[in-house]
Amino acid sequence: MHILRRDKKEEEEGGGNPFHNLEKTTVLQEARTFNETPINPRKCAHTLTKVLYLINQGEQIGTTEATEAFFAMTKLFQSKDATLRRLVYLGIKEMSKIAQDVIIVTSSLMKDMTGKEDQFRGPAIRALCSITDNTMLQSIERYMKQAIVDKNHAVSSAALVSSLHLSKGSHEVTKRWVNEAQEAVSNDNVMVQYHALGLLYHIRKHDKLAVTKLVAKFSKQSLKSPYAYCLLIRIASKLIEEEGAGSDSPMFEFIEGCLRHKSEIVIYEAAQAMVNMKETTAKELAPAVSVLQLFCSSPKPTLRFAAVRTLNKVAMKHPAAVTACNLDLENLITDQNRSIATLAITTLLKTGSESSVDRLMKQISSFMTEISDEFKIVVVQAIQSLCLKFPRKHSVMMNFLSQMLRDEGGFEYKKAIVDSVITIIEENPEAKEAGLAHLCEFIEDCEHAVLATRILHLLGREGPRTPTPSKYIRFIYNRVILENAAVRAAAVTALAKFGAHCEELLNSCIVLLLRCLLDTDDEVRDRATFYVDTLKEKQKALNSAYILNGLQVSVIGLERALHQYTLEPSEKPFDMKTVPLASQPITEQRVQAVREPGETTAPKATDKVAASRQDVYAEQLARIPEFANLGALFKSSTPVELTESETEYVVRCVKHTFPHYIVFQFDCTNTLNDQVLENASVHLEPSDGFEVIKYLPCPKLSYDTPGTTYTLVRMPDEATQVTGTFSCTLKFVVKDCDPNTGEPDEEGYEDEYVLEDVEASVADHVQKVMKPNFGASWEEVGPEFEVEDTYSLSTMKTLEEAVTNIIQCMGMQPCERSDKVPEGKNAHTLYLAGVYRGGHDALVRSKLAMSEAGITMQLTIRSTDQSVSEVLASAIS
Amino acid sequence: MDSGNLEPSLYTIKAIAILDNDGNRLLAKYYDDTFPTAKEQKQFEKNLFSKTQRANAEIIMFEGLTCVYKSNVDLFFYVVGSSLENELILASVLNALYETTNQILRRNVEKRVLLENMDTVFLAVDEICDGGIILDSDASSIVSKVAVRSDDIPLGEQTVAQQLTKKLEVLQSAKEQIKWSLLK
Repeated sequence: MHILRRDKKEEEEGGGNPFHNLEKTTVLQEARTFNETPINPRKCAHTLTKVLYLINQGEQIGTTEATEAFFAMTKLFQSKDATLRRLVYLGIKEMSKIAQDVIIVTSSLMKDMTGKEDQFRGPAIRALCSITDNTMLQSIERYMKQAIVDKNHAVSSAALVSSLHLSKGSHEVTKRWVNEAQEAVSNDNVMVQYHALGLLYHIRKHDKLAVTKLVAKFSKQSLKSPYAYCLLIRIASKLIEEEGAGSDSPMFEFIEGCLRHKSEIVIYEAAQAMVNMKETTAKELAPAVSVLQLFCSSPKPTLRFAAVRTLNKVAMKHPAAVTACNLDLENLITDQNRSIATLAITTLLKTGSESSVDRLMKQISSFMTEISDEFKIVVVQAIQSLCLKFPRKHSVMMNFLSQMLRDEGGFEYKKAIVDSVITIIEENPEAKEAGLAHLCEFIEDCEHAVLATRILHLLGREGPRTPTPSKYIRFIYNRVILENAAVRAAAVTALAKFGAHCEELLNSCIVLLLRCLLDTDDEVRDRATFYVDTLKEKQKALNSAYILNGLQVSVIGLERALHQYTLEPSEKPFDMKTVPLASQPITEQRVQAVREPGETTAPKATDKVAASRQDVYAEQLARIPEFANLGALFKSSTPVELTESETEYVVRCVKHTFPHYIVFQFDCTNTLNDQVLENASVHLEPSDGFEVIKYLPCPKLSYDTPGTTYTLVRMPDEATQVTGTFSCTLKFVVKDCDPNTGEPDEEGYEDEYVLEDVEASVADHVQKVMKPNFGASWEEVGPEFEVEDTYSLSTMKTLEEAVTNIIQCMGMQPCERSDKVPEGKNAHTLYLAGVYRGGHDALVRSKLAMSEAGITMQLTIRSTDQSVSEVLASAIS
Repeated sequence: MDSGNLEPSLYTIKAIAILDNDGNRLLAKYYDDTFPTAKEQKQFEKNLFSKTQRANAEIIMFEGLTCVYKSNVDLFFYVVGSSLENELILASVLNALYETTNQILRRNVEKRVLLENMDTVFLAVDEICDGGIILDSDASSIVSKVAVRSDDIPLGEQTVAQQLTKKLEVLQSAKEQIKWSLLK
């Protein structure tokens, strides 16, 4: 009785688990009993199970321990007990990776594999293959071939599957088993059929013709196994994708035919394959969509999930094709499985019309609290894309998003919402005020410093330009009182921006900033002191340069320049203008990333460009001694192709602009495998004033290995003369070579190849710069060197076209989102900002008006240098 | 990333797991290196369990994988595959796993009975999936492969105890009869 009670107590502790608290050493100790004779099958089976259980729990077993246990285990082959023997096979498989000399059991396993006990044969084959390496494969090959075509299907399956595992190591040997595999496909057991087809495809998959034949053969001779059908569908759709075959190909017909198969697995596989194909029309998809529609009302959650998920994919490409299922999808909104419900809603949001938006939003909010953050983000993204699709519905969406902001949620979720709100604000000016108000409310109680600083930055940029800027001040100042240092610093900057932009708020802002002078944090104090002093000057130019529009330089470049300066101390103060500018503002990329509809969180285009393209070029050029004293690299153009794409030699040109020089970088590729080019350089025929200083030839151009040659050109001294056309010729020494070995002949001859002309345009001298507050910069530069002219652009049809062309001509950055022309307007103003070579700020205001005669443009250019303004004006002609 | 098709292959299953109602692993097999270390595997199981223990929803997208699952009393059965895998195939494997276990445990699908028959369940999982390839998905065929002879499986304590009590009862009734006969 006493013992019983204790047992019971132990049982409770271990939750009735006899394997609870197993000690590795004790169990391995126990394993020594395997050596005893006679063998007690039940006891040994129990011990072996314990060992397996331990391994299964992820317990690490050392090599010596494992080897010891493994050898003890081999003794158990003496017992005839079926369960024990099967457990031994399992043990062999588990330990084959950790123990040494496992091949010792080969002969025992071979005996079982060819023995009379059918029950042992399959598992024995699988265990054998787990201990076999390539060197031993030869010796079992004959048995494997026999096993594949064995009439016992368990044996046959085991052999086929093991062959597939083995073929990872040695493809060559398994290749020889193709005839046996072929025979096994016609086996009447479903699994054997499936495994044989898998092996057959694996052997032949690099032979496209054979694969095509395979599909053709088995798509006619009807297979029994649904799995085999699925595999065949995948093979077929892969072929279709590779060949780009249309819906008229027999493969497509086969897949479409599978939609009428009796097994749901096959039907769904076929539908999924059709949806995933790249080039299908809505009409071709219709049958697939209709079977998916049927699945939507299935009682099985998995089937509903699969159907909705696939329909969601269809909705991305062909929203119209899914509209037929809208009714079924709406039934799924209330599905018990929240994943299904969410997928149904996001699909509906994609296919739905403007009128159904309100109703759907109501539906979502009813269960928003019940779903996981991951799905909430999906919903947020769906709402965002919807908001961009139907701008008029922004108020409903904004309310909804703000509601979500108030609810509980993790950082990723909140970030997704804030991102969406900001995107909507940027895309739709009407939504701006409501959006800002919601964000203000959000930062009142926001635990994520990153989001708070981001919103404060946005408020500083957008807030001053709203009709009533004063209402934001309170929210911002609250942050100064209540938050941690990082947020306080951001809030101080935002306050200063209000002061700089709105004169009527200037004094109040200074008062508030004065209070921050006693802050405990250095950064906050420094910022406040700096801003107060700047604001007190009351100079628009100062405000613009130091508060409203920050530094425009590339951070990596600045770091490098400062480092250089500290290495070579000089009398001259550090000149900011020598620092390369930050190229490619980040905003453009982000908007694009957001527009791509992604079912799950699409990997956002990395907001931080680690090292921009230009920094990479700067590094490369700095390493060439000939270019060391050219000064700082000002701008690198995008590559221009100087040849047709399929010619003997492919040449691309990148122009690098320095203060007084242009370096032409030619990336050349030799596409002829029987030639080697040596000493290749590109000769330029310069136009007036330009002077070729140096050629840096590429010593050798082998087949298909790109090489680079440089040409250095000095620009004319006349400041207004900056453009020109250069005709280019590639000169080189050709040596014939053996295509196979690449060994060139000794003798070569000179030859040349004419390339297309390269043009140095105004855009090469201008670096794009984003001015967040264009108006302030415009005042800052002032009208001293202003150039104004009126043009008529007769060749342009639309305002959009004109805007795109002007941006391209000038090579400057559009500001204030003025590159987007609102629909249905006849007039538009484009603001462009940039920095001219030598560090001169340049701003362009282009007023466009459309009439029946064409587009008229009034162009005003301001810069800090007269010649710069003139050059820019000459860009448009 | 979502639009691609799967490379045609027999390797379908990424993992099979049976957990108890605290999310502890009773059995877990991983067939590829999605989770290379035991630590990562256990973390994954833990996260998966916390997502699935309440909602009885049968299928979930989790950490970029498709997981189908089923629970009974204090056991949770999982089959995990790629997010591009045909969900119905995974479901059919889960069904095979559950049905097989059900038959092996003679309809007592609960933790205690499962642990008593751990060896047979190990064998069954081995027959369902080999290195990620579905070996068999028909429950009765799997059971016939593992369960050696039906009366051979658990001639465990339970049956012995039953026999004992039976004998005791017989003894008791004999005693009683003797008592009565004496009293007469």
